[in-house]
Amino acid sequence: MREVVLKIKRSEPSVSSVTRFDEFKVPVEEGMVVLDAVHYVEQHMDPTLGVRWNCKAARCGSCAAEINGKPKLMCKTRVDSIGEKITIEPMHAFPVVKDLVTDVSHNFEIAKKIPAFTPKKDAPSPLIMQQTDIMRSKEFRTCIECFLCQDVCHVIREHHSDYVGPKHVVKIASLDMHPIDGIDRSNFLHSGGGLGFCDITKCCQEICPEGIRITDDAIIPEKERVVDQVFDPIGRLVHRIRGSRWQ
Amino acid sequence: MASEHEYSKVESDILIIGAGGAGLRAAIEASENNKSVVIVSKSILGKAHTVMAEGGIAASLGNVDKEDNWKVHFADTYIEGVYINNWKMVEIFAKEAPDRIYELERYGALFDRTPDGRILQRAFGAHTYRRLCHVGDRTGLELIRTLEDKVLHTNARILDEMVITKIVVEGGKVKGAIGFSMREGRFYVFQCKALIIASGGSGRVFKVTSNSWESTGDGLAIAFRAGAELKDMEMVQFHPTGMVWPPSVRGLLVTEGVRGEGGILVNKEGERFMLRYSPKKKELDARDVVARCIYREITEGRGTEHGAVYLDITHKGFKFIYDKLPSMYNQFKDFAGVDISKERMEVAPTTHYHMGGIKVDPEEESTNVPGLFAAGEAASGLHGANRLGGNSLADLLVFGRRAGIGASHYADGVKFSPISEDEVQKEIERVEQFTKRKNPINPYELIEELRQNMSSKVGIIRNEKDLTDALSVIRQIKGKLDRIGVAGGVRFNPGLIACLELENMVQNAELMVWAAIERKESRGAHTRSDYPGTKDEFLKNIVFKLENGQAKMTMEPVLKPPKELEEILSEGEKTNA
Repeated sequence: MREVVLKIKRSEPSVSSVTRFDEFKVPVEEGMVVLDAVHYVEQHMDPTLGVRWNCKAARCGSCAAEINGKPKLMCKTRVDSIGEKITIEPMHAFPVVKDLVTDVSHNFEIAKKIPAFTPKKDAPSPLIMQQTDIMRSKEFRTCIECFLCQDVCHVIREHHSDYVGPKHVVKIASLDMHPIDGIDRSNFLHSGGGLGFCDITKCCQEICPEGIRITDDAIIPEKERVVDQVFDPIGRLVHRIRGSRWQ
Repeated sequence: MASEHEYSKVESDILIIGAGGAGLRAAIEASENNKSVVIVSKSILGKAHTVMAEGGIAASLGNVDKEDNWKVHFADTYIEGVYINNWKMVEIFAKEAPDRIYELERYGALFDRTPDGRILQRAFGAHTYRRLCHVGDRTGLELIRTLEDKVLHTNARILDEMVITKIVVEGGKVKGAIGFSMREGRFYVFQCKALIIASGGSGRVFKVTSNSWESTGDGLAIAFRAGAELKDMEMVQFHPTGMVWPPSVRGLLVTEGVRGEGGILVNKEGERFMLRYSPKKKELDARDVVARCIYREITEGRGTEHGAVYLDITHKGFKFIYDKLPSMYNQFKDFAGVDISKERMEVAPTTHYHMGGIKVDPEEESTNVPGLFAAGEAASGLHGANRLGGNSLADLLVFGRRAGIGASHYADGVKFSPISEDEVQKEIERVEQFTKRKNPINPYELIEELRQNMSSKVGIIRNEKDLTDALSVIRQIKGKLDRIGVAGGVRFNPGLIACLELENMVQNAELMVWAAIERKESRGAHTRSDYPGTKDEFLKNIVFKLENGQAKMTMEPVLKPPKELEEILSEGEKTNA
């Protein structure tokens, strides 16, 4: 039977500063994904291996990690797509809890600060919306909150700035482009959100497992909106009088 | 007693175990009732199994078929539950589901639209009318994300990756719960006035399942040990269509939406076999019926080499499929290398949903233990012997909300009383012992044995011999529980979680099989080859309760619906016939 060698980074920072790589030889089955191989290790070799997973179907976004240096979902990466040697490390942008598990709780602190969906005052009940008008927002709603885009973002990785990160801009875009939403989040994005730090290198867009065009469809339009609303007082006045937002 | 163990203490009016649809909806309601709320969950916020729900959420809005109304939804649900549902729950459910949908939309959910801008509804198995509001094939994701956002903007405190190992009942009522944070590796004691279990189902007791890692029925097991009654444990739904190949994804759900949007089932010989079994409803008959038909095709030799039948939607073309079923398209492309717009899917039944669970009051979701509430898949009564597609998401909203109200009312009338230190220390000791045993048995070995046993002997078609065999295997495993263990500590130690889950799974499996043996008839999802057909003498619910450390079984007659509902039902029977 064909085998594959997994090299897994191990550490538990709250106990010791030592990190090491453990190697495991795992038999390969047809259609096997990296998470299957990690499960094999957990079930047959080392049950203490810290790993986070849930649906194993690329729907929940729990098993994000760096596989041979690339941020990916372990459940969606086929073993046969990456050769005989597989190195698995935790995401680098977040503090490690243990082994492959990182602490992503900061993302929920950011989420709490994003102004919530607020329907326009005159919205009819039940709501009437056209399919074409909801399509823009729908793209962002496929986000599974795996935080891979946060992980790959060099602004977050290297500069520790106040930038909320691509995942949260996607969230904001999903609210802003909801046809019935009635509030403006550009001030939040500009001041608290640090959107200006993003220099649109599109790394996030490239690795999104859901294929969301994060930079093109969320970040750039939101940047334009901030310019429009925060830096252009005349434009802001015009918008206020005409009441138009996006279109 | 050994040295004192450290722990953190958290106090709240209401403690909610589980952060899926039911738990989050309950939290919103309790929070709006000005209660302090703590939500704990085994996975991270937003990852609960609700995220996997695909096809839609059922409510009789009548947007597509204007003849639809709550009465038809009531009749469909009750009739397909084969008359052992709690009629009051079904009535409340059918009446309130539309309001819950419109409310969710006001929270920010974006459903697909009709040409005139209202919520679009699709056809689903055994629903008389097109009734399922949906967001492509990712309805659950939209539902949980919407509720998650709403909860994050309340004062509810969320402590995720928290494993609850015990519900504390003292003086006949709930005082709180004990558990540990996987992330911190630290024990926690939760003191509360009321506790809501919204921890989901038990599907992972089976080898072939569509359920997430979390669905080990922990809530059922800890509630049972705290004295709560469990009902309809034998009623496990096998979804007709799960993935089959490659082995890595065996059991993964293929949404009923594929059939709802026109997909047909074909055997190896190319025959559309549902025409033979169910000429009227065809592929969209109730889940138990379609699952049995597929099972029969496969066991009688008309299945594929991988033990499956074909599900074919290629005739609809790429654009339609990618629009309506994007996740299905990607799922087959990514995992099986199959382009479902060009090739047929291989599918076979997979364990999907547990209709059984904690017995609750239909209106308040309270249990027989004062202060203990339950909602969602962890509760029982709504679905009876078979659940209709789309009814579970609506269940989460309707009864999650009601549990939030029920628990808030209850909390108004009670005061905090501290959990005794002795109780806390004993439980911490009990959990830690798994990491201290010398030469322990690997819990994963026993989990594998249990799951294999359940899938092979307690499946779609059951019989006395298989069930008795299964029960003896379960009891053998039970006998080894005091020897399971794992190295390492409490912080993110999957092996430790596996030990605790195994205890819960064994508990649930034992009751499932026991009840399956006792129900000597075929009803809904429970099919006995040795007792075909329903029998009036089993118009009963099988209820378990722990008494003096022993599980005790009783058969409770089903409550008869009042006359006006009987009339609705006989109308429904005519249409369903």
